[in-house]
Amino acid sequence: MDQAPRAAPEGRESLVPLTQPSGQLDKLAGLYRQMFLIRRVEEECARAYAEGKIGGFLHLYIGQEAVAVGALAALRHDDYVITTYRDHGMALAKGMSPKTLMAELWGKKTGCSQGLGGSMHLFDAKNNMLGGYGIVGGHIPLAAGVAFASKYRADGKVTLCFFGEGAVSIGGFHEGLSLAALWKLPIVFICENNEYSMGTPLSRSMSVEDVSMKALGYGVDRDRFFVDDVLEVEKRIGEAVQRARELSLPTLVEVRTYRFRGHSMSDPAKYRTKDELEEHKKKDPLTRARQKLATDGYGEPRLEQMEKEVEAEVAEAVKFADESPEPDVSILAETTYSGPFAS
Amino acid sequence: MRNLRYREALREAMIEEMERDDRVFLMGEEVGHYQGAYKVSEGMLEKFGEKRVIDTPIAEGGFAGIGVGAAMVGLRPIIEFMTWNFSAVAFDQILNNAAKVRQMSGGQFTCPIVFRGPNGSARQVGSQHSHSMEHFYATVPGLKVVAPAFPADAKGLMKAAIRDDNPVLVMESETLYGVKGDVPDDQDAIPLGKAKIVREGKDVTIVAYSRTTHVALEAAAALEKEGISAEVVDLLSLRPLDEDTLVASVQKTHRCVVVHEGWPYGGVGAEVSDRVQRLAFDDLDAPILRVSTLDVPMPYNAKLEQLCIPQPDRVIGAVKRLMTRAS
Repeated sequence: MDQAPRAAPEGRESLVPLTQPSGQLDKLAGLYRQMFLIRRVEEECARAYAEGKIGGFLHLYIGQEAVAVGALAALRHDDYVITTYRDHGMALAKGMSPKTLMAELWGKKTGCSQGLGGSMHLFDAKNNMLGGYGIVGGHIPLAAGVAFASKYRADGKVTLCFFGEGAVSIGGFHEGLSLAALWKLPIVFICENNEYSMGTPLSRSMSVEDVSMKALGYGVDRDRFFVDDVLEVEKRIGEAVQRARELSLPTLVEVRTYRFRGHSMSDPAKYRTKDELEEHKKKDPLTRARQKLATDGYGEPRLEQMEKEVEAEVAEAVKFADESPEPDVSILAETTYSGPFAS
Repeated sequence: MRNLRYREALREAMIEEMERDDRVFLMGEEVGHYQGAYKVSEGMLEKFGEKRVIDTPIAEGGFAGIGVGAAMVGLRPIIEFMTWNFSAVAFDQILNNAAKVRQMSGGQFTCPIVFRGPNGSARQVGSQHSHSMEHFYATVPGLKVVAPAFPADAKGLMKAAIRDDNPVLVMESETLYGVKGDVPDDQDAIPLGKAKIVREGKDVTIVAYSRTTHVALEAAAALEKEGISAEVVDLLSLRPLDEDTLVASVQKTHRCVVVHEGWPYGGVGAEVSDRVQRLAFDDLDAPILRVSTLDVPMPYNAKLEQLCIPQPDRVIGAVKRLMTRAS
């Protein structure tokens, strides 16, 4: 692959034809359903947070759904995913049920981590979702280790490692990328550049705003594009996944995206203008996907039926989380150590 | 029975476990082609090849994290720190990932990994290379920490650490690598969390581990000449801590001195003191004393360095202070 990013930011509007072949249309419908589910789950989580049902931090993915859904569509089911604390979309896209996710956020025993992890630490062993991590950049070497294990065992699996552009300044990113490059590990590093590292814009956090440039120093292939179309995300990440699977080579992909909410629920996002936010909302990949489906033959009635099903699924998940029991103190010891431990 | 050096015993443990289980591999700086910075892994690259004896660049945070990730999906890494001092830049990986992933995932993932390397003072290597890191790590739930003093225990604990399904930190010692000791031909894994009485006595219990076990034994031999009978408990395992052996010994001797390298504020000695006073309060005839490294960064100067780290004479002094109290 050539070293120049193929999509210049200013060329974004002309990237993808709006007319989809019919096979693609069904696929897009499936991806839209996932994106819509993620958004609706998170909107209900925001409500539950306001009601005091969810504690601690809550980092919403709203606006970025097409990244998780598109990227994970390029994977086999047994491939690995590992991400940051902004992990709801990733967990759902990897196959976690809304019930399991919401129960975790509600701190219930029926949650994926029995209520011990919370919003930032969603793990799902059966779907090879290796978790959300709360220390910026700390999970990037872990991801390289997972890919190392795949190479060690020659199991043909690929690891996708997600992080924000805020992680690009910390050592973990550089050590993880450097070792993955040195040992030719089957991994794709995906930087979800949403323009703000908490409240700090790109211009005040990076000397070079093109994150994909970091790949050059490590001799790693790179790609860079705006996330407008979920199918384009699948295609572009798919190329990197193929490189990992077939050639055992890492890739650094910078995807330009935007979060519509603050860094977390406690952030009113005063560091950006309302106009900026509204401009981005006009390009919402979720809305774009819906428009395509509505106009390209999938049709409004089927969309409405799908959305109704999702609403019911989300409502059922909220009810499940509300009604689930809390974990008992007895699980603390057994989840701290494997096997008996005399302190 | 064979007479082996401490480093040879560690090496044998790793080799035997790697022969037993192909999920086990060794990774670290200079472990392969260089044959190990302290020659612990000498010959292992030739035996197992580059797939399983892996030289890394100088990136402790990176390769410690790689080990954690590999362990989460089923491998059993041995990560060597050239010295534990350098683990400070990998502290986040050990504290936030290795120790936490089981709990954060509600028990879905485990982290069967060994972190190992020399710990504590060496000889005149200055303040940045003389840390006793066990005190930091032993406070962390999710980790296990061991610190053998003799070759046979080094082999047994290393084997147990590799077979354990939790992160186990093996604190070795540069000053012990050349120490020889008898190792049974069939030395198997030693259960973690068991201390040993390495010298029996009736007047005072001296609790120690790693290098200071040797210091304690030297002090006990000198004390015997003065008619004081000291029992020496070698902890072997710092987390979990063998309360039963500690309490039983103090119930017999009624006095306790804890000897370790590392600073006096908090740490393993304070933990032992707390447990002994709590669990054997009625048996104590005197306060528990600690003999530790002095509360300063380690000086380079040879005389000052030896003054700072625990020596037999300081242990003897502490014991005598206890013995002169009315009992």
